[in-house]
Amino acid sequence: MEHEVVTLGAQPTRRSMAPGGDAARRRMVESLTEHVLEWVIRLCGISAILFVFGIFFFVLREGVGLLFGDFSLWKFLSSTEWYPTSRSNVRYGVLSLIVGTLSVTTTAMLIAVPFGLGAAIFVSEFCDKRAKEGLKIVIELLAAIPSVVWGFIGISVMNPLIQTVFHVPVGLNVLNGALLLALMSVPIMVSIGEDALKAVPDSFREAAVALGATRWQVIYRVLVPAAKNGLLAAVLLGVGRAVGETMAVLMATGHAVNIPHSVFDPVRTLTATIAAELGEASVGSPHYQVLFLIGILLFSITFAVNLTADLIVKGVRRK
Amino acid sequence: MTSAALRTEADPGIVTRALNLWYADFQALKGIDLDIKRGEITSLIGPSGCGKTTLLRCFNRVNERYGYVRTTGEIKILGKNIYDPDVSLIELRKSVGMVFQRPNPLPISIYENIVFGMRIHHDRRQLSKSQLDAAVELALTEVGLWNELKDRLEQRATGLQLEQQQKLCIARLLPVKPEIILMDEPCSALDVEGTRAIEELMWALRGRYTIVIVTHNMAQARRASDECIFMLMGELVEHRSTAELFLNPANPKTAEYIEGRYG
Ligand SMILES: Nc1ncnc2c1ncn2[C@@H]1O[C@H](COP(=O)(O)OP(=O)(O)O)[C@@H](O)[C@H]1O
Ligand SMILES: [Mg+2]
Repeated sequence: MEHEVVTLGAQPTRRSMAPGGDAARRRMVESLTEHVLEWVIRLCGISAILFVFGIFFFVLREGVGLLFGDFSLWKFLSSTEWYPTSRSNVRYGVLSLIVGTLSVTTTAMLIAVPFGLGAAIFVSEFCDKRAKEGLKIVIELLAAIPSVVWGFIGISVMNPLIQTVFHVPVGLNVLNGALLLALMSVPIMVSIGEDALKAVPDSFREAAVALGATRWQVIYRVLVPAAKNGLLAAVLLGVGRAVGETMAVLMATGHAVNIPHSVFDPVRTLTATIAAELGEASVGSPHYQVLFLIGILLFSITFAVNLTADLIVKGVRRK
Repeated sequence: MTSAALRTEADPGIVTRALNLWYADFQALKGIDLDIKRGEITSLIGPSGCGKTTLLRCFNRVNERYGYVRTTGEIKILGKNIYDPDVSLIELRKSVGMVFQRPNPLPISIYENIVFGMRIHHDRRQLSKSQLDAAVELALTEVGLWNELKDRLEQRATGLQLEQQQKLCIARLLPVKPEIILMDEPCSALDVEGTRAIEELMWALRGRYTIVIVTHNMAQARRASDECIFMLMGELVEHRSTAELFLNPANPKTAEYIEGRYG
């Protein structure tokens, strides 16, 4: 739009310099390229939406057929018996898997939230510019490590470490997966949390400092309340990251369908189950369909978490 | 710090000697010597960039928030050198309050803004609800906001009109019982009405508090201060009673400035 106004404004000079159809033709070409470009960009934008819906419908189509048979959704959600390949008595209860996901995610968040928000506060309030840049690079590097590598660290580093520190026979358990997930979700928490703190006007800090507040008082009485939506969004995005993570938890949590009684019990998560079993289930079989149903479940959880985070962030912007 | 009852005419409020300040390599204050009288209103005038804000921010040491600031010389507030190693920044800032150029109430309720100072300086257990309520009423009455705001104390302070916000920023200093109030162009964001209201408030507070106000508004300095300090490029040029400084300035540069030749 703006561009057109500019062309129109430039018209008189152009006409005087190059009389005839030349200017008109150039204008036409310009406006044509502009239209084409606009459509390409529009298509890119729309395709993102199309992909999301496409994926959702595909997953839904593969899984939803099951719900119309004699399959009990209640039993699916409430039973802990996951025997998808049993010859005599096939049972598809995902409660242990849900609890597995929840236990690993919750433990991860108990570790990651204090660390992530603490690091965000440190980076934003205590670092000089130089240290801040350095730290941010390191934190972004942390985000760039592929999750298989994390899984590898889980098996070869965390496993023996947990065994020796806590004197437990096996180190592949909830704690191991949670530690990895915590490390994986800290970067996003730090970067979103730091943005939120940076957005708090310096005048608030000055007001508090001039009233005699100490650094800590400024942080917990002024900054945290002022940035609380952004900080909450940071936490939720970290949760979303943790819930959806597959490879690392598949490798590090012991892969046992089990309701854990402590962080030293092995578990299996929703994501790990899909990753491990989908290749073996024959296409269209009930087992295959159940795995897609788990996919829908996961999709709904992460969607809800991300949407909440999004709405909160929007709330921040509106103010 | 001595109590307000011991105040005498000769009692100085703020004294500086050979005060220099550098922002990294840039010297913003050059050998400032001044004596600000207690209980009076002193205005600081001068062209923009001459160091008024910098000087004001020395008096409660908030300049030190920037790591690259270096200060030499002496500042005595109510007889005590504020750069002495045994001075507590918290105590200093309790007795020297500051009002900023843009009203900056905190994004919490009106009530909490006013008791903010009390909360940070006392244990939770030391403060009773009735004490806090009384402090809020007193502070708001003092700045003339009580009747307007008494029914909406739980509202966010950032939603008030600018004039109310600025008055609130003055009101929130009062519960910590400051001796000195520093104001950095407190009316620059306000309209004529708001400016008049703040000036009236300053007169009402005069005597009980020593007030130092930075202003680029000559008429305001004239109307609203007992003494006036003119600064130029980091140096103090002239410091006299406001009436004298405006009627017959001793320094030709002062004359030029108040005649509006630059600034
Ligand atoms: N935080 C800062 N860092 C570096 N230089 C500054 C800073 N604040 C002010 N200055 C410089 O110090 C000089 C005095 O500024 P200031 O005290 O704000 O002037 P005034 O309030 O009289 O307009 C100016 O030249 C300004 O550029
Ligand atoms: Mg200034």
